[in-house]
Amino acid sequence: MTARAVENWTLAPMNAFIQEAQARLVLLMTPAGQVLAQSGFARAVDVMSAAALGAAIMASTSELARQLHQPPFAALNHQGVRHGVFLAGMQTGRGPLVMLAVYDLGVSSLGLVQLFFEQLMADLRTASPAPSPAKQVLAADFERELTESLNTLFGR
Amino acid sequence: MTSYAQALDLVTRVPGVRAAMLVSGDDGLIVAEQLMEGVKGSTVAALAASLASKLRRAMEAAGLGASMFWHLQAEQGALLVVPAASGILVVAVTDPTVNVGLVRLELLRAAEAAA
Repeated sequence: MTARAVENWTLAPMNAFIQEAQARLVLLMTPAGQVLAQSGFARAVDVMSAAALGAAIMASTSELARQLHQPPFAALNHQGVRHGVFLAGMQTGRGPLVMLAVYDLGVSSLGLVQLFFEQLMADLRTASPAPSPAKQVLAADFERELTESLNTLFGR
Repeated sequence: MTSYAQALDLVTRVPGVRAAMLVSGDDGLIVAEQLMEGVKGSTVAALAASLASKLRRAMEAAGLGASMFWHLQAEQGALLVVPAASGILVVAVTDPTVNVGLVRLELLRAAEAAA
């Protein structure tokens, strides 16, 4: 399984997480759904769908927590018959990030994923660059940047 | 005191036991725990459950049936585990000089209570 990153500082921590937690699919992204790194996805359309859905779930649960006057939920785990989906947010020097991991219940477990997610958070905090000033997003640039990111994520 | 806490109490009463836990074998999450300071309960639980899953498969592959007790001795202590019928693992972290036979007995009792 090949991990690829748009931002290279995410690669070593993510690879360590994949190896230790034995996750099948991993996506690192911003809360807006901009993908920084991926592992295990075969098609760009799957990455875009997973990122959009993961970001939407994070946004929904954060709003739900706000309505309940609670701090945002730390993590969300959905367990199926064969696979589990773990979605959690974290703070890094680059800003807030979200990780989506899919794990095989025959190979890994929620306990392992939680355990090594804590390590991933610490590793990403250490590796993350200082936040860059926000730049204006132009519609003309958006599609080009998205295409470039997807090409990088799939080694094209 | 709940029955789970009572079951763990029997284990931690043995001199040299540093931690006793009931761990969900499928998830690697702690169901109940009694820990001394310095023992990372959630880490031990997640890794012990992962190990239990691999050992179960190894036992099946070797045609030996389900494991009943395992004892991992390290330089500074030991990890003792009894899988209960309900899928719960009863885990003890001990000093190196603990009476293993006595801990095993109490782990089996705790496993019966957990089942």
